[in-house]
Amino acid sequence: MKIAVCLRRTPDTTAKIVIAAGGTSIDETGVKFVPNPYDEYAIEAAIALKEKAGAGETVVVALGADSVQETLRTALAMGIDRAVHLQGNASADGLENARALADHVRGGGYDLVLFGKLAVDDYGQQTGAMVAELLELPCATAITMLEIADGRATVEREVEGGVEQATCALPAVFTCDKGLNNPRLPSLKGIMAARKKPFDIAPVTVAAGAVTVASLVLPPERAAGRIVGEGAAAVPALMQLLVSDAKVI
Amino acid sequence: MANVLAVLEVRNGALRKGSAELLAAARRLADASGGTVDALVCSTGAVNTDTLGAAGADRVLSASHADFANYCPDGTVATVASVSAQYRAIVVSASATGKDLAPRIAARINAPCAMDVTSVDLSGDTIRVVRPVYAGKALQTVDLRGSTVIAVRPGAYAGLGAGKAGANVSITVPPFTKRLDVTGIRTANTGLLDVAEARVVISGGRGLGDPKHFVLLEELAAAFGGEAAVGASRAVVDAGWAEHGAQVGQTGKTVAPELYIAVGISGAIQHLAGMRTAKVIVAINRDKDAPIFKVADYGIVGDLFEVVPALTAAVKQVKAH
Repeated sequence: MKIAVCLRRTPDTTAKIVIAAGGTSIDETGVKFVPNPYDEYAIEAAIALKEKAGAGETVVVALGADSVQETLRTALAMGIDRAVHLQGNASADGLENARALADHVRGGGYDLVLFGKLAVDDYGQQTGAMVAELLELPCATAITMLEIADGRATVEREVEGGVEQATCALPAVFTCDKGLNNPRLPSLKGIMAARKKPFDIAPVTVAAGAVTVASLVLPPERAAGRIVGEGAAAVPALMQLLVSDAKVI
Repeated sequence: MANVLAVLEVRNGALRKGSAELLAAARRLADASGGTVDALVCSTGAVNTDTLGAAGADRVLSASHADFANYCPDGTVATVASVSAQYRAIVVSASATGKDLAPRIAARINAPCAMDVTSVDLSGDTIRVVRPVYAGKALQTVDLRGSTVIAVRPGAYAGLGAGKAGANVSITVPPFTKRLDVTGIRTANTGLLDVAEARVVISGGRGLGDPKHFVLLEELAAAFGGEAAVGASRAVVDAGWAEHGAQVGQTGKTVAPELYIAVGISGAIQHLAGMRTAKVIVAINRDKDAPIFKVADYGIVGDLFEVVPALTAAVKQVKAH
């Protein structure tokens, strides 16, 4: 079982967002960066599947500036075998990034290529499915269950009001949602071992593509609300406001 | 001229809700340049599309195939690609299915893709969209050149009701390889809606004290008579008190209901990001300094175990009249 995990570096979800000068990106000053939370489900799935198979290789791949190397090391510390840094600037056009990743994964002999279902910064939600399409591989997005048996995968994914079930042959591409597993934390031993694991750097040039970010702004503040009252005694006043003023009941 | 193709979603032989909203967004793009709107319906053949003309479709393209009994991404992508050259923009609803479909189409037809779009405009050679990023902590305006695939967030556009009658056209599904076989949908049996689709969302946090107390929220949701869903904060989902599908916030779902009631939720930035675009926010919390009160339109400071049952009774009373 050979598995690739495509990884992104994102701000911690507790980070307060400040818009940088220029108005198209965030001010990274003081912002803590972490592996994209959804990618951790992909990392955990890869490690667990290899453990279960008893053989194989797990590889983590990330496209971006040198800052992504720290994120790749975290994946190695969690238990991934090998890292590849596709060194170059990612495009605002997700299809161009998908092309760069697909070019690397193609011919790598992978049984599975895993992604997080989205990155919690740009919410692009497209790279995984695009890579699958470019590689002409089966794909399911935002999976919450994955079982592999006899060269086939069975997956589940959440849809509105239910859980969709699907199957496909391997090799395949999946993007992973919360609920798939509980990602392990890097152990001290894992952090030490990560320093000795293979770490390849491959320069890539990503085309600019057909997308330009025109602006990034903070959303309008909500108008200040008010405390209606205390305890159950305030419920009639609240109901009055919801029924007559806001007209939402 | 921007002709627009709206790929509609079908489940169990019927159009999904959100179809009219999607056509309204498509109409806006097309009308900016005198273009037309086609609605594509992939099904096994017997979907009622009578309402689509009034909702804004100039034509309804029906693509029938036995494999369209369930969602079939590979067949749908092949069908869209076979007609895509006629369109400047291809729009889908940013539902679970639409978000799965959009990037596949984009990669197949070599077009850029924008997800969760809340506003679309055409200006010259460029389609300009606005979309929430960082889970709604910021809004990004993006310009897309050439043919474009756009997933429009449900609720971003209100459905139209005064279009003309659409013409019906059958189109052929081209040969395709069914790489993914969707075998069915296991429906949730709670009787409650999904937080992403409900008009009213009632979410619980650590203040509930114990997972069994979610029943209070379920009772309040039930009082709204089939238009409410129960959500949860990340803290209680991580603690195993609620299903991950119920999580509202940056690593859960972003919701924009008409009424959001936060019960025993302090209001971490992670959570606020996922619900701040609700029309009306109500907070019930015993800590008057909880951050949730800063975004709430109306707050009640107090013991949720007294306030929620009282609110449930009051809602039942209003609904009974």
